[in-house]
Amino acid sequence: MPVVKADLQACQGYANCVVGATDYFDLDDDGIVVLLKTEVPEADRSRVTEAARSCPVSALVVEN
Amino acid sequence: MNTTTVIVGSSIGGVRAAQSLRLEGYEGEIILVGEDPELPYDKPPLSKSVLAGKAEESSIRLLTREQAEDAGIQLLLGHAATGIDVAGNLLQLQDHEPVRFDHLVIATGASARPSPWGQRPGIHVLRSLDDARKLRTNLLKGGTLAVIGAGFIGAEAAATARSLGLEVTVIDPLPIPMSRIFNPEIGHWFGDLHRNNGVTTIFGTGVESIDGEQGSFTLRLTNGANVEAATVLVGIGAVPNDAWLGASGLLVDNGVVLDEYCRAVDAPHIYGVGDVARWRHEKHGEDIRIEHWTNAVEQAACVAYNITHPQSPRAYTPVEYVWSDQHDWKIQVVGRVGGNAEHIIIGHPELHGRFAALYTTDGVNLRGAAIVNWPKALLACRRGMGTGVTIQELREKLEPLLDPQPLAAS
Ligand SMILES: Cc1cc2nc3c(=O)[nH]c(=O)nc-3n(C[C@H](O)[C@H](O)[C@H](O)COP(=O)(O)OP(=O)(O)OC[C@H]3O[C@@H](n4cnc5c(N)ncnc54)[C@H](O)[C@@H]3O)c2cc1C
Ligand code: SF4
Repeated sequence: MPVVKADLQACQGYANCVVGATDYFDLDDDGIVVLLKTEVPEADRSRVTEAARSCPVSALVVEN
Repeated sequence: MNTTTVIVGSSIGGVRAAQSLRLEGYEGEIILVGEDPELPYDKPPLSKSVLAGKAEESSIRLLTREQAEDAGIQLLLGHAATGIDVAGNLLQLQDHEPVRFDHLVIATGASARPSPWGQRPGIHVLRSLDDARKLRTNLLKGGTLAVIGAGFIGAEAAATARSLGLEVTVIDPLPIPMSRIFNPEIGHWFGDLHRNNGVTTIFGTGVESIDGEQGSFTLRLTNGANVEAATVLVGIGAVPNDAWLGASGLLVDNGVVLDEYCRAVDAPHIYGVGDVARWRHEKHGEDIRIEHWTNAVEQAACVAYNITHPQSPRAYTPVEYVWSDQHDWKIQVVGRVGGNAEHIIIGHPELHGRFAALYTTDGVNLRGAAIVNWPKALLACRRGMGTGVTIQELREKLEPLLDPQPLAAS
């Protein structure tokens, strides 16, 4: 199953990912992304990839 | 049947449109045309980490040749589009034969408004990677940087130049900076932010002329004063790259004019995304054009969806979002803010190091927010804009998070 990975060093807390897929991404108190789940079923793939690509600092990737 | 989608403009809007088409399962040909011979790159870091020298140029690539090949995206870079034969489905290019398309996506973005005070070495604008390289080279020579325009890009470049140890003077004809976007109280805080970080600010005064040469310019101001500078950055806004559409017959009015599905009003197989696109925002009930990164990405996704779902297109009704990094402030603006709209401010920059200004038009519901250094507030506002939230609900949620606590609720 594809998985989503986050680069916590790169994350700047813009929250685009949270707006894109609120069931996969959240922010912690310091404004750093939190992955609510990492496995991405095929049905969610396009939506979560779109959310990952909306990250302005490319901190997120969906990998096979 | 194999169809071809041609995308004009190889920056964030164009690249994301191509990638989103593939994500939507588009199987036709995709040709990405760009005037810039550089591989596609991202722009926000150009006034921030790239200008500061903290990020490598390679880190802002949006698409490598390999990624393009893997995704079946043909790159046609270094050729400007010069016109469209709308009836014949042909895109005309400089130094290249015309390219046929079934769908065309216009993503030619915007250019920095050119300096009206002459254009010569040492007088910079900041839009492309090449602009950033040239500006950085001159900043590294030292001396004072004069920035004309205290908007987002001017302010960010000023902050970056300070971080490089330069003396910086920012000049803006508006008496209160950013007051086209924010209400005066917040505008004043922006002025304080610059001054607290050692920037000299001259507000409410325009520039009459720039004399001298690189290394020793004299800016003559409308109030009679002179400012000496080694380097000048002109940051007075952007203009959409729509002149090449002139002879196409497409409706152009400060951007290419699109319907609510982001299709050209007079040619439904031609779409627009990003800084060049003026589309009908159904919820706002007006045609708008937005020069922000997230808009280009979201609009590209919407256009890709509409190309691949012609029977059930989606109207594009985003909540505006932009961020800006200036000195130690991370500024984020959600929805529609400013002007004279009624607002409340939670937190204070000096007391708390963070604040959120919440705007409303009906006195109850959140219509937009400006947030500085406060991730929790950002998230609450971005979520709330989607689901509908009142500014009182947000106040009750956010105020208890402040330290020290506000003395008396107003
Ligand atoms: C220095 C800087 C800092 C920024 N910082 C932020 C920020 O912090 N936050 C934020 O939200 N936004 C920011 N922005 C704005 C954001 O970068 C833009 O909204 C975004 O780049 C728009 O993308 P676009 O693809 O629509 O247009 P553009 O990025 O302008 O790209 C258009 C592309 O089309 C090409 N082109 C133009 N004419 C033709 C033609 N005739 N034929 C072929 N190709 C053509 C251009 O060469 C260019 O590659 C910043 C912009 C700049 C310049
Ligand atoms: S969009 Fe990117 S920077 Fe923003 S919170 Fe998500 S991962 Fe972090």
